[in-house]
Amino acid sequence: MTSSPESLASAADPAAGAVELCRELVDDLSFGAVRRWKERHPGALAIGYMPIYVPRPLLDAIGCLPVALFGGGDQIEIIRGDSIFQSYICHIPRSVVELGLRGRLDALDGILFPSICDVVRNLSGVWKLLFPDRYSAYVDLPQNFDAALGGRFYLQEMRRIVRELGERGARPLDEDALRAAIIAENDRRAALARLDALRLAEPWRIPASEAYLVSRAGAVLPTAEHQALVEEYVAAAAERPVRVHDNVRVVVQGSFCEQPPLALILTLEKAGCYIVDDDFQLGLRIIEGAIEVAADEDPLAALARAFLERGAATASRYVDEGEKGAALIAKVRAAGADGVIFAAASFCDPALLDQPMMESALAAAGIPHTSFKFAENTGQFQTIREQAGAFSDSVKLWGTTV
Amino acid sequence: MSLQTVKNPHPPGPPLPKGEGGARRPPPAAKDASQERQKRMIAEHFQRLERAREEGRKVVYTFVPGNLTEIVGALGMLPVLPEINALQSGMRKKSAGYIAEAEKAGHSEDVCTYVKCDLGMLRSGNVGPTGTRLPEPDLLLLSYTGCFTFMKWFELLRQEYHCPVAMLHVPYQAEGKISPEMRQYVVDQLRDKVIPMMEGIAGRKLDLGELSRRLELSRRAEDDLVAVWESARHRPSPIDGYFGGVYYIGPIFSAFRGTEDAAAYYRELRQEVEARVARGEGPMTPDGPLAEERFRLVVEGPPNWTHFNDFWRMFSRESAVVVASTYTRVGGLYDTGFRHDGERPLESLAEYCLGCYTNLSLPARIDLLQRYVETYQADGFLINSVKSCNSFSAGQLIMLRELEKRTGVAGGFIESDLVDPRYFGKANIENRLQSFLQMLAARRERSYA
Repeated sequence: MTSSPESLASAADPAAGAVELCRELVDDLSFGAVRRWKERHPGALAIGYMPIYVPRPLLDAIGCLPVALFGGGDQIEIIRGDSIFQSYICHIPRSVVELGLRGRLDALDGILFPSICDVVRNLSGVWKLLFPDRYSAYVDLPQNFDAALGGRFYLQEMRRIVRELGERGARPLDEDALRAAIIAENDRRAALARLDALRLAEPWRIPASEAYLVSRAGAVLPTAEHQALVEEYVAAAAERPVRVHDNVRVVVQGSFCEQPPLALILTLEKAGCYIVDDDFQLGLRIIEGAIEVAADEDPLAALARAFLERGAATASRYVDEGEKGAALIAKVRAAGADGVIFAAASFCDPALLDQPMMESALAAAGIPHTSFKFAENTGQFQTIREQAGAFSDSVKLWGTTV
Repeated sequence: MSLQTVKNPHPPGPPLPKGEGGARRPPPAAKDASQERQKRMIAEHFQRLERAREEGRKVVYTFVPGNLTEIVGALGMLPVLPEINALQSGMRKKSAGYIAEAEKAGHSEDVCTYVKCDLGMLRSGNVGPTGTRLPEPDLLLLSYTGCFTFMKWFELLRQEYHCPVAMLHVPYQAEGKISPEMRQYVVDQLRDKVIPMMEGIAGRKLDLGELSRRLELSRRAEDDLVAVWESARHRPSPIDGYFGGVYYIGPIFSAFRGTEDAAAYYRELRQEVEARVARGEGPMTPDGPLAEERFRLVVEGPPNWTHFNDFWRMFSRESAVVVASTYTRVGGLYDTGFRHDGERPLESLAEYCLGCYTNLSLPARIDLLQRYVETYQADGFLINSVKSCNSFSAGQLIMLRELEKRTGVAGGFIESDLVDPRYFGKANIENRLQSFLQMLAARRERSYA
């Protein structure tokens, strides 16, 4: 049997209000929430950043609002963006450029481009050419995870960002403020962990489509506000009436940057899949667990250490020891998942180059898997529904794909 | 990325198409001494690789941009460059099969064809350009310079070879300059991690005196290579800085930087080029010497390797000469002043890695192209955008616009791929190129009028 969860929440659902609010925040490509925040904080800076990760507590601590950018999804027609990127380059850079050229990102005082792939790297240069008067910076996250090498370089990178933003009106970095920001981030992380735990235990109660919206709403909200929203949603979802379906439990992997359209996530659910874990909003979860700061420790060093030692394995992070795919297998086991669906954006080099290694590891571990590609503005889902449905059925019938 | 097994740049080819002046192409001219030397150097290198196991020499696989050949050599190890294997496979018409092999094994059609070609070659026996099986690596030296895909490539190879990887993270020059922090980060990694790991594999300590000696040899070769590039200021240019240029970079981008052989090769090449200048000669082409120079072009982006000579002829038959190219700076950018330095071994190696062309920001790449257009008095510039390489390609359309704006010189745009013949549309590329050159000619006529 395959059937859908009752997503998105109906009006009688106690979680409906939170879900609706999250959806409005996600769909608002004019970034109204950011504009409102700036009205409430005159002179403060809103700083956008591309996936996957920048150290948000650092921006919080210097009085900036970190704003995660995920392109235009399926909500914006791309015209000028297509004149800048060739057809064989993924979709997110063209929709980010489109948003910028249409003035949709005017609320932002700058954009950070973390090192994730060659396209986002080059987008940082495109941005400088298109918007020479606006602040933008590339953030070179270390691929050397030795504290004395990559750690020291990363600290210098973070101090550089602080200095550059300070020249544009951000507050100087203060240790107490950074400690407070890290605590706030940890609290938000804990709220997300509760959401993830409930979803894992009762995926019929928290569909992935909703978990995605609730997580992604944090892209435009201050940390504490997002934490409160996540907690409100989790509390409401815990009270909602539910109906359990005979779905397979899957992990979705490969969508850590360009995001699939919401309808695609819903399609997978309708095809009989409980998505019990994914990497859609990896940036919020990339530090595994809380960022620990010892009493006598420089909190900036703690922030760097967290990335070095507790950064989640993902395609844009060099795996310098252990077997490729080990982290994914551990995730599958922890989630009690029946299989993995690889959903990578078309032309996403990191995800697509990683995928064969992941598939080999899964095959060796006897974990069923399937794969497809998407673009953020994909509008045809029937094939994906059929593929995911067949996958779901085969896993249920035989415990593996055939 | 450069040629390791050098073919004659004017090899015997197919008959000329009818109506192009005769049933057969002109006989190839005699090879220059530098070509013979390069051919001998490469043959000897592959012979050394063949004997590596029996002689107990360690083999290091590494990449062209950010390569540490002087250190590899000073430790008595031998380099193998998978990018060069891939492009060689492209030139030998083997890449289509290798790519198909990799795609059958689950690799996406969307990703870098160098990677797939290399993996397909590995699965097909890892037979190199000389027809013998390449030795497996004792170490994968991952200099992560200017290309994210390198990292994934060696993660993939590590799964195949189960050998150690020495990772050197080279920061990106996003602001178009090397900061002291960036340089120090690379130096620290070299000193504390990469070199100790290489020493462990080699079974001996790095002799810093030997490293300095090799770096001094590199500097000499670099001086001569820059003189070769700058010879294109002359009219006619004695070199083609793109198609011919990939032969010139062969030794210095691959196994020979920091060797007596390379220093001798570049001295000889420089002398030959200077002699051509003195004689007022243009460059060699696949069909012999270029008789007339009608168009001087700057080219951005790698060439296509599967139809290399066809591609070259599209230019040479229109009397178009490439006076400078960015692809020939991908394994080292020397004509802006950088030189390896035996007095500052690790610092200069760090600056080398940081300075490779694809590690430059887009604005810095445009600055360099502008400089080439102006210095070499180019009539136009052309971008060959390859599907495989996001590091090169992402942003090239805005580079085109910006460069036209800054220089007033017309830009052209064509698309192909590195080693996947499915993406080389000969007629389409030729049409676009001819239209572009006709536009340049029309502009020139208007300016005369």
